[in-house]
Amino acid sequence: MKNKYSIFSLIKNAFSYHENWEKAWKDPAPKKEYEAVIIGGGGHGLASAYYLAKKHNMKNIAVVEKGWIGGGNTGRNTTIIRSNYLWDASAGLYDHALKIWEGLSQELNYNVMFSQRGVMNLAHNLQDVRDLKRRTHANRLNGIDAVYLNTEEVKKFCPIINTSPNIRYPVLGGTLQRRAGTARHDAVAWGYARGADEMGVDIIQNCEVKGIKRNGDCVEGIETTKGFIKTKKIGVVAAGHSSVIANMAGLKLPLESKPLQALVSEPVKPIIDTVVMSNAVHAYVSQSDKGELVIGAGTDDYVSYSQKGSHDIVEGTLNAILELYPIFSRMRMLRQWGGIVDICPDASPIISKTSIKGLYFNCGWGTGGFKATPGSGDLFAHTIANDEPHKLNAAFNINRFVSGDLVDEHGAAAVAH
Amino acid sequence: MFLINCPFCGEREQSEFKAGGEAHIVRPKQPTELSDDEWAEYLFMRKNIKGVQFERWNHIHGCRKWFNMARDTSNDQIKAVYKMGEKPPVK
Repeated sequence: MKNKYSIFSLIKNAFSYHENWEKAWKDPAPKKEYEAVIIGGGGHGLASAYYLAKKHNMKNIAVVEKGWIGGGNTGRNTTIIRSNYLWDASAGLYDHALKIWEGLSQELNYNVMFSQRGVMNLAHNLQDVRDLKRRTHANRLNGIDAVYLNTEEVKKFCPIINTSPNIRYPVLGGTLQRRAGTARHDAVAWGYARGADEMGVDIIQNCEVKGIKRNGDCVEGIETTKGFIKTKKIGVVAAGHSSVIANMAGLKLPLESKPLQALVSEPVKPIIDTVVMSNAVHAYVSQSDKGELVIGAGTDDYVSYSQKGSHDIVEGTLNAILELYPIFSRMRMLRQWGGIVDICPDASPIISKTSIKGLYFNCGWGTGGFKATPGSGDLFAHTIANDEPHKLNAAFNINRFVSGDLVDEHGAAAVAH
Repeated sequence: MFLINCPFCGEREQSEFKAGGEAHIVRPKQPTELSDDEWAEYLFMRKNIKGVQFERWNHIHGCRKWFNMARDTSNDQIKAVYKMGEKPPVK
C-alpha cells in the first residue's frame, strides 16, 4: 500500500527536506509472461491498465513503453476537456470520460488539476451559427450541459475577444459548456501510473515493441528490446504509431498519422480564464496555471512521423489569434512542438477487437484524445477483459469501415480536423 | 516545412502543394461486383508507413498538376519525384 498524498504527508516529508518520498512507480524488468500487455505508456494506455487491474481484477499485466511514460502525445496536447459532441455515440463516449474526470483527483489520490473553467466555441458565419445551435440542442437532448451565447454574451464571458463587426471573420455567437475545462496532462499519466503500480501492474519503460508473435489467428506474445514477453491479450494504445504496430501483426488500419502542432507563449498574469475555440478560423487558446498562453494549431495534410509540422500552419493560427485577441499582439512565443496524431476517415476513435484473437486496438483519437483519457481507458479495459465492447464503445468498432456505420464527427467536432 | 521539386515547375515550398495521400491505389474496375470488405480496403485502409512511402501530391498553388513522390515519413526527406502513370522507383 502506498503512502497517501495529503497535507499531513507533505508536512511530514518537509521535515526530511522532501528527500524520502516513496517512488510513485517501480522500474521492474519484464516477467516472462503476463495475462495481458498494454503497448503504449501514455495516458490512455496507463488508464487502460489501471482499470483492468481495478475493475476487472487482472493484476498480472504490464504496460510497455518505447520511451518514458507520458512522453508522447500525453505531454504534447493542449489539455482541453469537453464533451459537447454532436452525435449520440460520441456524446456518450466523451461525457462518460468527463464524468470520470470530475472525481479523478480523489479516485487516484493525485491532483490532476482538473479545472472546469468552461469551453467556448465561436461562430463566425451563418452556417456556424446554425451548426452550433443544432449542436447545443443535440447536447442537451443527450444530457450534456450547453448554452448558446450571442455576441454580447460572448464578450461578457471573455472580455478580451475582439467582437467588432469589422474583422474578417466577426464573432456572431458561440456555445458554452461550463463543465468543460482543462487538466494537467503529465499528472494524468503519473496519477494512473502510480495507481496501476500500486495494484501490481508492471510499468516497463524504454522497452520498444519490435514484433507481434502470432499463432494462426491468435496472439502469443511480443518481441521487445527487452526480450520476448508471452501473453494472450495485447492492447495496443500507440497513438500515432498504431499503424506501425498493426503492420507487425499483419493488419491494416484506416488511419493516417499526421503532425499536429501547439505552442505556448511566455508566462503572463491571468488574462483568459476559460478556453476559447474557433472552428472556422482554426485557433484555440487557454492559459496554463503557469501563465503561458496555450495555443493549438492545426494538422498538416501529409503523413509524417517526424514530430515536426510546417511553419505556415503555425502562422495561420497566430494570424487568427491576433485578429480575435489584438491584446496578444506583442506576446512572444516560448516553445512550439509537434505530436503525431492518428486520424480516422470519420475523425472518431477505434476502441475495438480485431480479426486476430487477443489483439485489441485503442487508436484513431486524432486531434482530440486527451479529453477522453479516463473514459477511453475504462472502456478499453472492459473490451479487453470481456472480449466484448461496452455499450458505450460498441459504435467505435473497427468493422464500421466495412458496414459503413461511421460516426462522422469531422465537421461536428468543435475544431476542424 | 520542406522543399518539393515539382516535375513541371521546379523547386518550390511545400506550402504551395496539397498532399493527396497514398499513391498507386487502383480504382476498382468492376465497382458493382465489390464486396463490402473490398470497398473498405479500397476506400479506408491505408499502409500509413513509417519510412519510405509512395504518395500523390498536387501543386495547387502552381501548375495544379498531380504527380507522385517517394518520401521518408520518419524525417520528411524526399527520395524521388515522378509523374503520374509512372512506376514507383525501385530504390
